[in-house]
Amino acid sequence: MLKELWNDAEGGFHPASAPDFLPQTALKEVQLRRLRAVVARAYAKVQLFRERMDERGLTPESIQSLQDIRHLPFTVKTDLRDTYPFGLFASPMSDVVRLHASSGTTGKPIVVAYTREDVEVWSEVMARTFASCGLHRGDILQNAFGYGLFTGGLGAHYGGEALGATVIPISGGNTDRQIMLIRDFNVTSLCCTPSYFTHMVERARELGIDLRELPLRVGIFGAEPWTDGMRHHIEAEAGIKAYDIYGLSEIIGPGVAAECSAQDGLHVFEDHFYPEIIDPDTGEPLPDGEEGELVITTLSKKAMPMIRYRTRDITSLITEPCSCGRTIRRMRRIGRRSDDMFIIRGVNVFPSQVEAALMAVEGTLPHYQIILTRKGGMDRMAVEVEVTPEVFSDSIRGLEDIRARLAQSIERILGIRVELRLVEPHTIARSEGKAKRVIDRRNEG
Amino acid sequence: MKLQQLSLFLENRPGRLEAPLSAIAAEGINILTLSLADTAQFGILRLIVRDWEKAKRVLEQAGWVVNLTEVVAVDVLDRPGGLAEALRILEDADLNIEYMYAFSLRRGDKAILIFRFEDPDRAIQVLTEKGLHVVDGEELMSFVP
Repeated sequence: MLKELWNDAEGGFHPASAPDFLPQTALKEVQLRRLRAVVARAYAKVQLFRERMDERGLTPESIQSLQDIRHLPFTVKTDLRDTYPFGLFASPMSDVVRLHASSGTTGKPIVVAYTREDVEVWSEVMARTFASCGLHRGDILQNAFGYGLFTGGLGAHYGGEALGATVIPISGGNTDRQIMLIRDFNVTSLCCTPSYFTHMVERARELGIDLRELPLRVGIFGAEPWTDGMRHHIEAEAGIKAYDIYGLSEIIGPGVAAECSAQDGLHVFEDHFYPEIIDPDTGEPLPDGEEGELVITTLSKKAMPMIRYRTRDITSLITEPCSCGRTIRRMRRIGRRSDDMFIIRGVNVFPSQVEAALMAVEGTLPHYQIILTRKGGMDRMAVEVEVTPEVFSDSIRGLEDIRARLAQSIERILGIRVELRLVEPHTIARSEGKAKRVIDRRNEG
Repeated sequence: MKLQQLSLFLENRPGRLEAPLSAIAAEGINILTLSLADTAQFGILRLIVRDWEKAKRVLEQAGWVVNLTEVVAVDVLDRPGGLAEALRILEDADLNIEYMYAFSLRRGDKAILIFRFEDPDRAIQVLTEKGLHVVDGEELMSFVP
């Protein structure tokens, strides 16, 4: 690792970021070489993948160019469940140094494995993530991602150390202590889910602490979709720059893609994670710039290679050069995850659309929840929004007015009627990790 | 002359009133008077307390959204027409009342009303000129047992 040699406390680019700036031809060479190696490895070691290749009459030799990737079979989430726990491992347990698992709200969790080399790659891409968000040696990083089976905590921890930052491994929860340490330790940067940070902002205010007056200057947020409206709220309330990062356990955890100073799309660390966009219905690859489902192939994973993994996240790839100088491609922020979508009265709805509608009216109402019920065979959608000091004015008429404007804003975007309820602060459960935005009670009683 | 009133956002469902009142009671803060305005879905609890700064801090730390509003307390004669007379003065001066409620205690033949005006300063000036007595915070406290 490079961190021992590096002594740039003044900012600038960390040496770990070097691959972010590879010339396109060199990058493509690396990608093809690694793609061929990972396909050969998966073919030799993973039965499910070999069977699917054989069915299609493919061998590792079928990959002669990067474009040939389109012939390879997809891997989907249920493949991980069907082979639970270790069926997709390509390394013997003696080489596996770490296991993580997804929360798995329904049925069995998803298990992922790392060799020592995989952990090093993970540290590298997380160091590149933090460097891309403007962190460097000397930064004090409070890591409020949960430590444990969830990949967020340890992924960010190793990356922060690899960068040379001072990592505070506080994990999620105990919000008052989080705020105390931000203040007492002169924390300059913090990572967690955006919803948990909005909770911290709110709690700091209740405690009479103004985060804008503290040294905290960067927030690195991921593990759930959030809107630009929420970003503006966070940046204004906490006096920080808020960056979006992207990753998923099946691929490696956090560290797949990250925003840079331009805050205009997330750079995919594509020397390790090869991105494609496909039409989610036909599976056909779409050209750069078109929106579709993101598919990722891990180019260097040893313990658990993922070939053409379907993320169910909807985005598009940006090929135009970025003002930060990085040459690796960017993907647009994930606004919609197929997994989060619900259908109400025939209309497809993503929670992020509701968030965008709320933030468009009042950028100061970050706590909301969508509640779906069924009455007399008719689906109903209610949105509960917590009242904040910014919108509360001692006037009933003022509150009624906000309620009406919020409802109209949602109805305008979704085209369906919604019952909007203003609720007291802390009515909606706070999450220390991923927020639960939708409560679906349609199949109860 | 103006009084500081605390306003709290409450949802209109059973039990919501008790929690904030208990929270300030636990800090030994006595409520001088209160009023409640509500719609089918939510309401506003308005409080006048002795130590509003402490009450505001306690309520905010416990997570309530608290708004600070300036109101005016006025003495009116506690007999038929007493209030009407005060209102006529306000109307003649074109002073807008956003809402009003009665103070829970009386003093002799006087009742005290709490007014929320659009323009409290001008209201105080007009009322004083017309011979009505505007009760300030200290005086209000003095006849609370």
